[in-house]
Amino acid sequence: MIKRVRWGLWLLVVLALTLFALFAIQLSRPKDNFVHSGMIGKPIPEFALKPAVDDRPGLSSADLAQGEPHLLNIFASWCVPCAAEAPQLAELEAQGANIVSVAIRDRPEDVRAFLDMYGNPYSRIGADDLSEVQFAIGSSGVPETFVVDGKGVIQYQHIGDIREDDVPMLLEKLKGAGQ
Amino acid sequence: MIAEIGLAALWLAFALALLQLAAGVMAVNNPDTPLAALVRPVASVQAVLCALAFGALLLLFARTDLSVSLVAANSHSAKPLIFKLAGAWGNHEGSMLLWVTVMAIAGGLIAIIERRLPERTMIATLSAQAFVGLGFYAFLLFSSNPFERLPQPVPEGMGLNPLLQDIGLAFHPPTLYFGYVGLSVAFSFAVGALITRQVTPDFARVMRPWILGAWIFLTLGITAGSYWAYYELGWGGWWFWDPVENASLMPWLAATALLHSVSVLASRDALRTWTIMLGVVAFSMSMIGTFLVRSGILTSVHAFAVDPERGSFILALLAIYIGGALVLFALRANTVAEGQRFSIVSREGALVVNNVALSAILGIVLLGTLYPLFTEAFGVKVSVGPPYFNPVSAIFVVPMLVVLCVGPLLRWRHDSMKRIRPSLITVGLAVLAALAAALIIGGTDLLPFIGILLSAGVAVGSLLPLRGRSLRRLPLAVWGMVVAHFGIAVALFGMAADSAFTQEELVAAQIGQSTTVGPWSVTLDDVEPIAGPNWTALEGRLLVSYKGGALYELDPQSRNFWTPFQQTSESALLTRWNGQLYAVIGDDAGQGRWQLRLWWKPFVTWIWYGGVLIALGGFLSLIGRVAVDLRRRSAERRIAQRHEEAVS
Repeated sequence: MIKRVRWGLWLLVVLALTLFALFAIQLSRPKDNFVHSGMIGKPIPEFALKPAVDDRPGLSSADLAQGEPHLLNIFASWCVPCAAEAPQLAELEAQGANIVSVAIRDRPEDVRAFLDMYGNPYSRIGADDLSEVQFAIGSSGVPETFVVDGKGVIQYQHIGDIREDDVPMLLEKLKGAGQ
Repeated sequence: MIAEIGLAALWLAFALALLQLAAGVMAVNNPDTPLAALVRPVASVQAVLCALAFGALLLLFARTDLSVSLVAANSHSAKPLIFKLAGAWGNHEGSMLLWVTVMAIAGGLIAIIERRLPERTMIATLSAQAFVGLGFYAFLLFSSNPFERLPQPVPEGMGLNPLLQDIGLAFHPPTLYFGYVGLSVAFSFAVGALITRQVTPDFARVMRPWILGAWIFLTLGITAGSYWAYYELGWGGWWFWDPVENASLMPWLAATALLHSVSVLASRDALRTWTIMLGVVAFSMSMIGTFLVRSGILTSVHAFAVDPERGSFILALLAIYIGGALVLFALRANTVAEGQRFSIVSREGALVVNNVALSAILGIVLLGTLYPLFTEAFGVKVSVGPPYFNPVSAIFVVPMLVVLCVGPLLRWRHDSMKRIRPSLITVGLAVLAALAAALIIGGTDLLPFIGILLSAGVAVGSLLPLRGRSLRRLPLAVWGMVVAHFGIAVALFGMAADSAFTQEELVAAQIGQSTTVGPWSVTLDDVEPIAGPNWTALEGRLLVSYKGGALYELDPQSRNFWTPFQQTSESALLTRWNGQLYAVIGDDAGQGRWQLRLWWKPFVTWIWYGGVLIALGGFLSLIGRVAVDLRRRSAERRIAQRHEEAVS
């Protein structure tokens, strides 16, 4: 009986040390608060979204598997960083990127006003009123930008707004996806 | 000059702690050496020096000495004096100095007044106290010196954040610190008793006031923190199972278990090793809590100034103290003689159920808090919330509260259920009455439903120990128990009623429009912009009336601060004895309408009344214990005096 108790006590010591080791490992790693998509490397799930504005068509998964790589931008008119990344999106478009987008939980008149104010780099805009498509492709916030290759496979996920120095990197990824 | 004096005092205190440890270690197995006589005086001088260092820091903040880096970063000459002083501990370095000061003062107090234990145990305890203190001194002196000077004084300080100028925020951290430090004293006593194998009822009586004191502060700290989150965050919730909240709950759970097991040890000389174990666990939980909060290792809604280097330092201390204590425990636990036996139906038996349940809840909370960390090590992100914590902890809370209804009625050592049958029937009737009431009102989920029944049982059960006793001659400690247990019933009823009966209303209201929420009718009378010192706000004027009675005015605000830019909602509350009306005004909803969020929360305030009652119970008990102790001491002194007179 006494032997068994003592064995249990040492087990407690081992448990505590394991816990401290786990703390140490996690402490030494840089903290990563991003939620990465589990869909990278997989074909985009099937969906078909109605247009968010009159002058651009909506977006479906079939549009993304026509042989040409795309940037898929997740945005919303109510999202401040989305406005901040607008110049970078415009630059990407000017450099030849085909950008399609999904507007999250938005109203047509608000999207219209947003595009009028910050410019419209998108060839297609789908309206995702319940964030269904957003969640299906593994995006947990706005803005996020995905690189999708010509077969409709998700190659890369960029979380947060696109900064000035992200532009060449994204163009590179897009070029890589085209090959 | 003041900063240099403070730093010098801190270094001297550090040196004395080293001396206290060295002398103690040498004296503990050799009590005849002259070094043994050194330990107590050194501990008290160390306390004085540390207090001097903290006093110097307070003075620097009071004078806003802008040549000191800490003052420049955290104060401002235009702050009111009380917030200047609170600024001294409202930052990492200052709060660590406060921690070590309280700890040194506690050590000094024990050294001066505590004479009940064998001298060897005291020396071992004071050495352990010095050992724990040394880690924090090293932390301060080598990695976070509060007295560091700037090469050039700055013209003005940077700390004028008005969001932090809140009297509650100024006193919330020290309240929790007092709790943590009290548990460090209990830890030192436990280590001292383990080293000398002297786990006796006397030891339990000596340790008990420190646990009680720590527990009172923790109870108050958690209660106040919960109310603050409730009125400030504007979600109408009062507990979110956030890692930082759990970090304060876990030491409280361990301290509550310790408080009950130490009573068994003091009264009946049973549960010896278990009490020691809990003493180690309770302090471990304070350290783990401090580590989780300060290292930023877990994602929390509470944003602290996070620093991995400080995290590593606390982790190292954690490993040395807790790892060391557990190893000592594993080596010594079997050599501590077994205590008195008791049967299952007895006061001890009920307290064992309480201890097992509290430990299980502690394990559940610890697991839930750390689980995201485990999975993250394997690259999976999860977040654990109420769907886990509520039902899983209820598995143990429910039986614990059932036992709470009858436990205090049982006799020590051995009792029979037959003897307390009338009391059982009384409690049963109370539960049945609550059942009938709950069924008539209806429409509640299972957990709140059980909560309401249990709160009725606990309320009646907690008062039963008063029956048949002279209320005037009842010891304060028993009053304390009754009040604290009754407080649990009150808080539990508040929690259950809040989740069962809360009514919520979200409307986009035009000016002049009326709506109802529960028994209230609410009219949006006006919305107007107002300006504060560094914010502008939209203030809604709501006219509300309870069941068509008198009109009251509520003014919720939606505030925009501009340095730094931040939008906050200042909720408006109207408190009645039976609940609170909680109103928040949101954004302009277009076409002259405003988003209004209204809650009628029946009996929600009882949660915090209960918390205060629990702490009050602890306070009564503490006063009672200390008074009895003082009376015993003066009686002993008188007897000794008379003896001397008779001899001479």
